[in-house]
Amino acid sequence: MALRVVEERAVARFEESVLPQLGAAYNLARWLTRNEHDAEDLVQEALLRAFKAFPGFRGTDARAWLLAIVRNACYTWLRRTRAQEVTTVFDEEVHTQDGDVLNPERLVLQEAERTRVRQALEELPVEFREVLVLREIEGLSYKEVATVADIPVGTVMSRLARARGRLQRGLAGPPDEER
Amino acid sequence: MSCQEARSLLHAFLDDELDLTHSLDVQHHLDTCPACAREHAAQRALRGALRDEALYFRPPEGFTARARAALRATAATVGAADRAGPAVGLLWMRRVWLPSGAAAALLAVVAITIWRFGPGAPGPSADDLLAQEVIASHIRSLMPGHLTDVPSSDQHTVKPWFNGRLDFSPPVKDLAGEGFPLTGGRLDYLGGRPIAALVYKRRQHIINLMVWPASSEADRSPTAAIRQGYRLLHLAHGGMIYWAVSDLNDDEMKEFVGLVVR
Repeated sequence: MALRVVEERAVARFEESVLPQLGAAYNLARWLTRNEHDAEDLVQEALLRAFKAFPGFRGTDARAWLLAIVRNACYTWLRRTRAQEVTTVFDEEVHTQDGDVLNPERLVLQEAERTRVRQALEELPVEFREVLVLREIEGLSYKEVATVADIPVGTVMSRLARARGRLQRGLAGPPDEER
Repeated sequence: MSCQEARSLLHAFLDDELDLTHSLDVQHHLDTCPACAREHAAQRALRGALRDEALYFRPPEGFTARARAALRATAATVGAADRAGPAVGLLWMRRVWLPSGAAAALLAVVAITIWRFGPGAPGPSADDLLAQEVIASHIRSLMPGHLTDVPSSDQHTVKPWFNGRLDFSPPVKDLAGEGFPLTGGRLDYLGGRPIAALVYKRRQHIINLMVWPASSEADRSPTAAIRQGYRLLHLAHGGMIYWAVSDLNDDEMKEFVGLVVR
């Protein structure tokens, strides 16, 4: 079952622009599914979907394009297996009280602190988790986050503000004993 | 600017998504309002915690190889389906979802052979060839143990290190204050000559900046290209040729190069 030259060329073109983004794809899927094996399966599934859609791709931002496909695959999977996790987020006003403010000194990056940050982020609802992962960990611009998460740029900003507020509160609370 | 306004713009300010005027307004407010300054500091601390590299999940070993194998299996099936009719392909795709290692490896070998010795494209230009070399050097530098010969964030350590190793002295700047910390330097060989490769970081992204003397004094404005998903920017400035390569986005690459020749 050798590939014909024409197919080989299509694969090579696809690999050139999309394969360097596999790390980003995996990171997003891993954060959304919170599970290594499902993340790998979903990235593969997304990759094959991307390959079939590739002839229609005219943009220059292959990363945002692939991440949007990965995100869709993850959401479909979440709806099927973790329906209660996918709820509608209302982007209402942000209310931050000064009491919630996190003390910078407390965020010394020791291992224990690191584990708490990871845990607090994993416990956020998926819509908040995804904007933080895309913006802070993957370093996407608001515009790119908007493309991937399929929301307006204004919503990216308000959702990020809410997500950060929630994360702060999660970290300010007493550390969990067990988990 | 009121506290309420400042708070509503704080996140966009933090994310560098504000225009200059608003950005200055927010900065001015932060300079004069301790409560908002505290919130800003807390948000920055939170960001620092999130940008910790340990939070970036790396794919498990063999992940890319498995993805490529599945891709090639699908490409073959899609091709076969196009020739034979629609139904077969999808069935096939399910079955080869996680292909057996041997079959996949064989497939990859066949595929690469065809790619290697298939009909070629028209001859590439000198810049194209150089771009290929720059990309190859960048990718090689990302493999374990290849990134730097002199790992240092101090420009006064990196620059003298090249003395006696090159017949020119490359300009070395630390751009940590601008968010592009210098992480070291390395000798490399490009376009038939030894050159200086300076290594910078932006979050978890690596930027290689290749530098060597230009054959003429004339400056050339930046030219951008994308190869294999990496971005390249090259220019001539002050008698030196610069090639920057990274997987960063376009804006950050331009910002970086702007800082290099500032």
